[in-house]
Amino acid sequence: MEFTFYLSGAIAVAATLMVITGLNAVHALLYLIVSLLAVAIVFYVLGAPFAAALEVIIYAGAIMVLFVFVMMMLNLGKAAAAREQDWLTPGIWAGPAVLASLLLAELGYIFAQGGTAAGAVAVTAKEVGIALFGPYLLGVELASLLLLAGLVGACHLGRHEDVHHGWDEDERHENG
Amino acid sequence: MWNSLKTMWTIFLHMFRRRVTIQYPDEKPVIPPRWRGRIILSRDPDGEERCVACYLCAAACPVDCIALQATEDEYGRRYPSFFRINFSRCIFCGYCEEACPTDAIQLTPDFEMGEYDRKNLVYEKEDLLIDGTGKYPGYNFYRVAGLAIKGKDKGDAQDEAPPVDLHRLLP
Amino acid sequence: MSELALAWSNVILILAVVFSFAALLSWIERRLLGVWQDRYGPNRVGPFGLLQIAADAIKLLSKEDWVPPFSEKALFVLAPVIIAVTTLLAFAVVPVAPGIGVVDLNIGLLFFLAMSSLGVYSIVLGGWASNNKYSLLGGFRAAAQMLSYEVFMGLSLMGVVMLAGSFNLRDIVAAQEDLWFCIPQILGFITFTVAGIAEARRLPFDLPEAENELVAGFHTEYSSMKFGLFFIGEYVGVILISAMMVTLFFGGWLGPLLPPLMWFLLKTFIVIGFFILLRASLPRPRYDQLMAYAWKVMLPLTLVNLLVTGAIVLAWKS
Repeated sequence: MEFTFYLSGAIAVAATLMVITGLNAVHALLYLIVSLLAVAIVFYVLGAPFAAALEVIIYAGAIMVLFVFVMMMLNLGKAAAAREQDWLTPGIWAGPAVLASLLLAELGYIFAQGGTAAGAVAVTAKEVGIALFGPYLLGVELASLLLLAGLVGACHLGRHEDVHHGWDEDERHENG
Repeated sequence: MWNSLKTMWTIFLHMFRRRVTIQYPDEKPVIPPRWRGRIILSRDPDGEERCVACYLCAAACPVDCIALQATEDEYGRRYPSFFRINFSRCIFCGYCEEACPTDAIQLTPDFEMGEYDRKNLVYEKEDLLIDGTGKYPGYNFYRVAGLAIKGKDKGDAQDEAPPVDLHRLLP
Repeated sequence: MSELALAWSNVILILAVVFSFAALLSWIERRLLGVWQDRYGPNRVGPFGLLQIAADAIKLLSKEDWVPPFSEKALFVLAPVIIAVTTLLAFAVVPVAPGIGVVDLNIGLLFFLAMSSLGVYSIVLGGWASNNKYSLLGGFRAAAQMLSYEVFMGLSLMGVVMLAGSFNLRDIVAAQEDLWFCIPQILGFITFTVAGIAEARRLPFDLPEAENELVAGFHTEYSSMKFGLFFIGEYVGVILISAMMVTLFFGGWLGPLLPPLMWFLLKTFIVIGFFILLRASLPRPRYDQLMAYAWKVMLPLTLVNLLVTGAIVLAWKS
């Protein structure tokens, strides 16, 4: 189990690096999907199968499909790849890279201390549910409120503007 | 939803209907006699070629698949020296049959003409000519036409008065 | 050691059965479609036309395996692999009969949902990598359709999970000992069926490959065995959805007299027949109708089902 944890962790890190350095947007997204799948495996190995399944269903399966969808719509060509190339100068990525490597060092330290690594207690779906609707009820409700606001906003944005005068639209179609 | 379910039930019941498929190579379909299939050249009841090589069929053909050459025998009867139909071009429209003044060229209910070699689809006169009269038994162009040929002089045709002797000038 | 051998024989057996059945399904489907359209269907090659499968396989194998020069080559090759892998992986959790099955996951149901949601990448990427406008449109349609139908596909199964109290598919089957879930979960059953057809891209909802508008949709540029993989992937998907419907709503292997395996196969086959009947009878909806149907009819229906089931389970438990 230890081995699978480290392997999938390494895959996740490598894939994420490829996401950052990739020039083609769709290829970068594919690496991001791989990275998410690797993270799901990490979750599973750490004893959180529910979180792992949700990671795949929601992140890899739904949200990333939306991302890919948008990328396909944008039809980015060679010009976009060239611009990406320009952005990848050391000056831009050095700062975040240093901060991230600090985090990595911290993580390594935690592991070296023998923190909660592989072999932790399994968290079942029931426990997740009890936690969400017990001590974290307020947080869940706030998040759902936020989602509702987002939904209403999307509904407003996606509304047809001239719903109330349909004959106007018909006329325009005839003229157009 | 209910409508869809009703549709599905109806389609399901079609399982018990009679099949409409005719299992072709094992079971031959009945083809109407006026079917426009393989083209033939017919003969008149006397056993002579009906075709008078007038070129009307070649002119009527929209895809130019008919080629022929007219010639005459020693008595002045016209016939084609060769008659060639390229069936890889033919669209079986039947215009040649409509154009033919002597009912010589006819379309038949035969459609099984598949070949592995395209060249074999070019039919010559000996492939086209049949021994019978085809769809119009009894019709004999030269028996109703005024032209004199071997064995039939002027005035011998059906319902034909003998020719007027121009030199006598008497009624 | 014998346990390992047993596990491996299980895996190989299920793989072989699924693959051969998927191939056979291409013949069964054509015969059944013929039967429902007053025809015979393929009956020339071999007894009852059974060797049609072999003829098709030879045809597919001997065709030119063409990768278009204008395509995104790596993704183009990868796309058909994804669908075959994800649908076959999802089969790992299907409980065929007691003792027959690849793995017994605690989160089996979620695993199935995860794999079916990953399968859409195959279609989307295949459509995008082909670099062809029809393929791209097919890919778009697939992405939007899958996203919309996945939303309530997962939710429609939560009623079953509530009743069974587990994500484990074997527990779910065992919970149907007294009553199949298709009766208390009739709404969930209907919504899952609709979502399942859309997930398998079967005919009323085959918008991604709608022949009469998009040539062949996402697999326009595919030929030979790459097309064959898409084809097999679709049929394996049909078998998978049918097997899941049987597992979740029709009591899986449960049934009197016959051995459990027979019951499972029989039920699955009936559901597959139902899928083919759908294909034979229903027309394809327009694209906006499809999306409106998912969001405005099916999703509210699923939420109502979830609410009512939750309330009843709560009242019954306390």
